[in-house]
Amino acid sequence: MAVALILVLVAVGSVVFHLVSPWWWTPIASNWRYIDNTIIITFWITGAVFVAVILFMAYCVYRFRHQAGRQAHYEPENKRLEWWLTIVTGVGVAAMLAPGLFVWQQFITVPDDATDIEVFGQQWQWSFRLPGPDGQLATSDTRLISPDNPLGLNRDDPKSHDDVVIEGGELHLPVNRPIKALLRSPDVLHNFYVPEMRAKMDLVPGQISYIWFTPTRTGTFEILCAELCGVGHPQMRGKVIVQEESEYQAWLQEKVATSFARLTPDTRNGAVVPD
Amino acid sequence: MVDVPLGSAGVVAAPDVEDVELYHPHSWVTKYVFSQDAKVIAIQYSFVALSVGLIALVLSWLMRLQLGFPGVFSFIDANAYYQFITMHGMMMVVYVLTALFLGGFGNYLIPLMVGARDMVFPYVNMLSFWVYFLAVLILVASFFIPGGPTGAGWTLYPPQAITTGTPGGQDWGIILMLMSLMVFIIGFTMGGLNYVVTVLQARARGMTLMRMPLTVWGIFTASFMALLAFPALFVGAVMMLFDRVLGTSFFMPAMVEMGQPLDRNGGSPLLFQHLFWFFGHPEVYIVALPAFGIVSDLISTHARRNIFGYRMMVWALLAIGALSFIVWAHHMYVSGMNPYFGFFFATTTLIIAVPTAIKVYNWILTLWRGDIHLNVPMLFALAFIVTFVNGGLTGLFLGNVVVDVPLSDTMFVVAHFHMVMGVAPILVIFGAIYHWYPKVTGRMLNDALGKLHFWVTFLGAYAIFFPMHYLGLMGIPRRYHDIADMAFVPPSAHTLNAFITIVALIVGAAQLAFVFNLFWSLRHGRNSGGNPWRATTLEWQTPETPPPHGNWGNDLPVVYRWAYDYSVPGADQDFLPQNQPGPSRAAPGAGHG
Repeated sequence: MAVALILVLVAVGSVVFHLVSPWWWTPIASNWRYIDNTIIITFWITGAVFVAVILFMAYCVYRFRHQAGRQAHYEPENKRLEWWLTIVTGVGVAAMLAPGLFVWQQFITVPDDATDIEVFGQQWQWSFRLPGPDGQLATSDTRLISPDNPLGLNRDDPKSHDDVVIEGGELHLPVNRPIKALLRSPDVLHNFYVPEMRAKMDLVPGQISYIWFTPTRTGTFEILCAELCGVGHPQMRGKVIVQEESEYQAWLQEKVATSFARLTPDTRNGAVVPD
Repeated sequence: MVDVPLGSAGVVAAPDVEDVELYHPHSWVTKYVFSQDAKVIAIQYSFVALSVGLIALVLSWLMRLQLGFPGVFSFIDANAYYQFITMHGMMMVVYVLTALFLGGFGNYLIPLMVGARDMVFPYVNMLSFWVYFLAVLILVASFFIPGGPTGAGWTLYPPQAITTGTPGGQDWGIILMLMSLMVFIIGFTMGGLNYVVTVLQARARGMTLMRMPLTVWGIFTASFMALLAFPALFVGAVMMLFDRVLGTSFFMPAMVEMGQPLDRNGGSPLLFQHLFWFFGHPEVYIVALPAFGIVSDLISTHARRNIFGYRMMVWALLAIGALSFIVWAHHMYVSGMNPYFGFFFATTTLIIAVPTAIKVYNWILTLWRGDIHLNVPMLFALAFIVTFVNGGLTGLFLGNVVVDVPLSDTMFVVAHFHMVMGVAPILVIFGAIYHWYPKVTGRMLNDALGKLHFWVTFLGAYAIFFPMHYLGLMGIPRRYHDIADMAFVPPSAHTLNAFITIVALIVGAAQLAFVFNLFWSLRHGRNSGGNPWRATTLEWQTPETPPPHGNWGNDLPVVYRWAYDYSVPGADQDFLPQNQPGPSRAAPGAGHG
């Protein structure tokens, strides 16, 4: 009796906790509302299954608890019931998987009009590179990194001359414009994570990964590193500041004028730069 | 399905081979230390694994103290915190759960449950334990070396694991960790071959595969999987050790370290992740399948009812085992691998939910119309279902590729895998210990202490990990030793963290009651007799309890029925042991055999 009651309390308590607890996701600030919706669908389906299973179990524990004279029912299998349960489960799983894959297709298909930016994570700070007026990022290579070329830009690439490098600073983005963030690390794994954007992807040394999103509201959001990268991992924070287009342009003009890439004298070291 | 004709002993096939004379110990040392008896080896494995478990428990306390009360304990700095989580994770997954289920329960139960006198290679079995013990010593030694143990996280991702920014990365920590893993895998291989071959070759007459208890099926499948999965970790460990010691570049691309270029080129950090998870995902099921098997037997025995859908349960075990080898990259959705892999791995991952769900249905349908005895092993089995269903369902979030994006690397993941492969299997381990302790010692564990232990552990663990999901949903990343200055985290989250820590301390303390019970009952426990639970499986039918060397006295048992003849209509008692001749309905489908 007590056991059945506690099982019911666990099931009901979990649902109540879900509904009333103050701990919930941050207000979304990007186009990935679809992800939130898929999570909600998943919560409903899994929540219903959880409650059904636990309540059924509680009922069995109460109804079929040992009493004098009770004998269990001998029934090795029940093909019909087993197949029905399998099919229903299959349908439920498909109902979660289908929207998931549909949204994933969107998640990895970058719109043509997305602006390339670079997010550069190193132990233990974030740097960024924005394309200047030409709208394009120059090539880069880890082996070109030096004190006066902290991101390893390829200075032989003419596109490098107007790239805006922001070292250890804040990333400014215009609102409502799709962004493709190219992710690059010169040392260990990191992960570019902005909770409000629902966006997250590893930075892997030796390759360039990407993620895209469209900021949908202005504000300041925290960038966290979400892949263990050594003792400084929790301190590896940054800020992304989403602004109205006009404010963003004003900020960008100022940055272009004082850009690191532009002001620094050409320090090409003669290295042959692949790719 | 081939099945032995039912009826009398006369029609059971004659033995294929003669009973082989066992190696008999000649001294105390060969009997209890360098023992070749699987039962002694099982106890050795269990004792060492539980001891490692206590170390891991203390480590979890330390990390919870830091998370609940950041800054109060000055000796837990970032370095120490990362060392604690790394050692806690690796110890629990490999050195506790794997060793306990396969080395502990596997050794004790396989020979007894299939009706063998011992494992088929007793000497190799002995070596297996001692090599495992060596691996544990190497691992624990890393606490006492300059620089301390590695703090790379239990996943040991390079390049971070072998660079200076990580505790133990350029000291001895990572080297000892990799060496210990390699030694462990060598030891496990010796044991694993034993478990698999014993099940295939040493079953008693009449013990067809489809009459085996699900415990044996679970341990057998898990051992087979481990033999296939651990080599991937082994080569990964060798390659990383070369990278660390010889300066190779298997996992090291051209990179800089603290501003200085390193002389490395062309390696792939993702390659290690693929190797690690090709091991790591099957590993989840290597821990889960023995738990599935054991809990099936606990539920059936204590509900006095045949396990529902036995054949479906066996096929589900095998399906899960096979599928678990093609889902590994669901740990890598946001790793920067080719994003198109996501479609494949999300699909396989969610498919695995179907056989898993079948198992859950069959457990609760076994309770349906049962005669449920709510004793301590049964309570743990029920709690297993609650936590496993909870953790399994949150797996549907993380397996569904796009849903994983916001949740990956957050506390949601920590809560999920603790619920599903930490709490759930450990509840089964406790249930199994309460269940089989009488066979091992001849005495019952104390019931009142057992119930206290159960309620605190079950409700406490649920209270720890259920709310933790919501911290992850909020966006709090895992592996942060301090979240104090995050703008989006409300003060209430810190209160929740403190609550979780306090509950964790209480649950940990309750384990002392369990340890006390283990030792106290050895002397003062009620005498159990040979078959206190009135169970059908062979280990309860030994002529003596605890079973002596050789298990069966003069004659090996002969098996006449499946393992689940509980409450057979018309029988004069509510269980029919597997070795009892006579008519029965036996295994489903037996008639067509």
